Amino acid sequence: MAGETILSVKDLRVRFRTLDGAVEAVKGINLHVDAGETVAVVGESGSGKSQTMMAAMSLLASNGEATGAVDYRGKNLLTLGKSELNKVRGRKISMIFQEPMTSLDPLYTIGNQLMEPIRRHRGLDAKAARAEALRLLELVKIPDPERRLKSYPHEMSGGQRQRVMIAMALANDPDILIADEPTTALDVTIQAQILMLLAELQRKLGMAIVFITHDLGIVRRFADRVYVMRSGEVVEEGKADELFANPQHDYTKMLLAAEPTGRKAAPPDNAPILLDGRNVEVEFKIGGGFLAGPPMLLKAVDHISVALKRGQTIGIVGESGSGKSTLGRALLRLLPSEGSIHFGGQDLSKADKSEMRPLRRELQLVFQDPFGSLSPRMTVGQIITEGLLVHEPSLSGKERDARAVEALREVGLDPAARNRYPHEFSGGQRQRIAIARAMILKPKVVVLDEPTSALDRSVQKQIVELLRKLQADHDLSYLFISHDLAVVRAMSDYIIVMKQGKIVEEGPTEAIFGDPRETYTKTLMAAAIDETKFRQSA
Amino acid sequence: MTDTAITAPVVGRSLWGDAWARLKANKAAMFSLFYLIAMSVVCIVGPYFVPHQYTTIYADYVRTPPSFSAYPKPEMIETAMNDAVRRMRVDVKEWRQEDERVFITVTSAKPLDARNIRYLDRSDTFDNAKLESTSADGLSAVMSATIKQQYFFFGTDNTGRDLLSRTLMAGRISLAIGLLAGIVAVVIGVVYGATAGFMGGKTDEVMMRIVDVLYSLPFIFFVIMLVVFFGRNFVLMFLAVGAVLWLDMARIVRGQALSIRRQEYVQAAEALGVRSRGIVQRHVIPNLLGPVVIYMTLLVPQVIILESFLSFLGLGVQEPMTSWGVLISAGAKNIGTANWLLLFPAFFLVSTLFALNFIGDGLRDALDPKDR
Repeated sequence: MAGETILSVKDLRVRFRTLDGAVEAVKGINLHVDAGETVAVVGESGSGKSQTMMAAMSLLASNGEATGAVDYRGKNLLTLGKSELNKVRGRKISMIFQEPMTSLDPLYTIGNQLMEPIRRHRGLDAKAARAEALRLLELVKIPDPERRLKSYPHEMSGGQRQRVMIAMALANDPDILIADEPTTALDVTIQAQILMLLAELQRKLGMAIVFITHDLGIVRRFADRVYVMRSGEVVEEGKADELFANPQHDYTKMLLAAEPTGRKAAPPDNAPILLDGRNVEVEFKIGGGFLAGPPMLLKAVDHISVALKRGQTIGIVGESGSGKSTLGRALLRLLPSEGSIHFGGQDLSKADKSEMRPLRRELQLVFQDPFGSLSPRMTVGQIITEGLLVHEPSLSGKERDARAVEALREVGLDPAARNRYPHEFSGGQRQRIAIARAMILKPKVVVLDEPTSALDRSVQKQIVELLRKLQADHDLSYLFISHDLAVVRAMSDYIIVMKQGKIVEEGPTEAIFGDPRETYTKTLMAAAIDETKFRQSA
Repeated sequence: MTDTAITAPVVGRSLWGDAWARLKANKAAMFSLFYLIAMSVVCIVGPYFVPHQYTTIYADYVRTPPSFSAYPKPEMIETAMNDAVRRMRVDVKEWRQEDERVFITVTSAKPLDARNIRYLDRSDTFDNAKLESTSADGLSAVMSATIKQQYFFFGTDNTGRDLLSRTLMAGRISLAIGLLAGIVAVVIGVVYGATAGFMGGKTDEVMMRIVDVLYSLPFIFFVIMLVVFFGRNFVLMFLAVGAVLWLDMARIVRGQALSIRRQEYVQAAEALGVRSRGIVQRHVIPNLLGPVVIYMTLLVPQVIILESFLSFLGLGVQEPMTSWGVLISAGAKNIGTANWLLLFPAFFLVSTLFALNFIGDGLRDALDPKDR
């Protein structure tokens, strides 16, 4: 089946005009896709991997331009007119995107959205198109497809929406399916299902798949050939097996070694318990109101007890919606909760806002999104010293500045950065700033809410190392919330697995990883760590 | 991975700096900005350089059309002279013009009074009247006077006032009302909206219902009430207009504040133990200033139009003070006979509003975070 080259990209350059001059996102790359094979384009954020495919599909932002050639079966897509292009785009080459939440139009039913391209491209009547849509939904294994045709996107889960997106992409029987980080926004278990589905569909339909991702784990299990991209250039290409077994370029080696390593030793048994939550319970009211009747109650956290010792890191693992973030916030009393919470012997459960204020400096929080958690209108210096304004109001401006310099050094940033604004920094640097903001107060307990999940693997590793170093230096206790088992394993000495607001399993890290008892834990592990291939190389 | 190395300049470019750079690239907005500045300068400084006071009435020049050449026109001299001479209750025997001066020979049945020449001086057309000679019987005399050169670039209005100086004075009033009422509306609106949005819950509900109630009051009725109770006065205009327009502002700001409150950096500040006031001051208000600035540039034209509308109805500023709205209203009544009375003030108003709207659009593009 493989052999004939159907898509080849030659000397493709993509540049964007910005206020600061032209920026070259893709710097003359060559790649090709053969019929029926799976090609992975791997790279970290900003490597130009997505822009390459966007350029090939003529979907660049309005300030972008592409030069070079993208040949699909002898036609250069870059020079085709719009109507010519549309005969290929969405029909012979189709795309699925990262964000299944926003790629579907919330105003139309799934059926409508599936049928429209079928009718447009194939000229079928409504009835035939409906039958076709039904067939596609069955193909992507959506349960109860008949009913789903009438559903709106918001009524479906992320995984199901991504299945619908795949069905739409397959509607016109494409030659090439471009998948741009199709599983990044999904939970690990769902991720595995989607990849399995893609592999199976490829076996059935025989199209080529171009897989754009930053996750080498997926590439290893999924791709025939791999292109590794860095800052707009292909640094290495080759067969997946060979590349993983014997990487040539330093960058590829670095990516492969970027899995966070190391383990965290448990604190001594006699270490005092710092933060002790017993039977913590958080309920959210959904709906309800004057005429809507009583609200529905959702137990986000259901009778959970956590005892965090000094110097300990407890990893809280679970999928989205399992209540792990809510638990972290409840333990810091940022959310109202039931049950008792003690910090260093002091009862927090009845403390109100003003009673909590002096304790805030000892109980800190680092957020997941390094873009959202820093105010865009403040300088880095202002951001990290804000806590000092509250907790050490006697400090002069100069002393605060000195503390900012110290904190930035500690997290490995150039102190000169404190007069700049957050949007001038990369994701990893911003996360360091967020950590500096927490550390400047010299806290005792830090809740880390997915601090690494928005970052590239290699940056993740650095942040994990930074966090471990800070913990060792200051004898900190961490509550580490994450869905990423590899990171959790490297960070924590005790693990709590949560599902639907309840603890499924807990224990020391090695025990959990070595011998997971509950099925749910096993599924999580399998999805994250398994290395068996989804498909055999063609 | 250069994660820890920072090589860029030490002083960063703020989002405002970014927005300014984007705005500078927008030609229409920059042109409008300069136009608006020029317009403000002209309206503020201009009246000192225009030779006519905006209150001076030139009885000889009622409704004269705009012209670049000096008045009086030759045919107007005789009319003006006859007018003046008639007031002296004497008859013109003959008259001639030599350069800048007119020489008039008058006769009368009764002996002439030398003081009669003051009627010539009183006319807007003549100046420096002199009695050149009197006949022996005192029944005829030769008078002379210089012809006063007057320029009316924009023409004059129904009572003979210079339209140029009046338009500039009107510009002062309109722009001042626009700016001040705009500021009144923004200050009330931002404080009210940010408080409602940030406090949320019941407080928010009550505060926004008050806004709804105020919305339902008819604006004109409200202004008429104010005028009835306090009389017509300039400050009242600010209050009336500002007090009505802050409602929109409050709603916009509340929406913004609600979304900012859910941002992680606000949660982070809460986790740091920052008090509500600090959060509103340091996080909420700076982050909603973008939309506020945009809305303000669109609010100012709205205020100017509202003031014009009120003045048009006769509820605005009082004569002899004027505003663009007043001038346009007067011009509209004379559209058949003296269209310049409408054209000039209307051009000033419309071009200013255009400029403001372009700036508003430019700012929206420059500050829109989706663009980044």
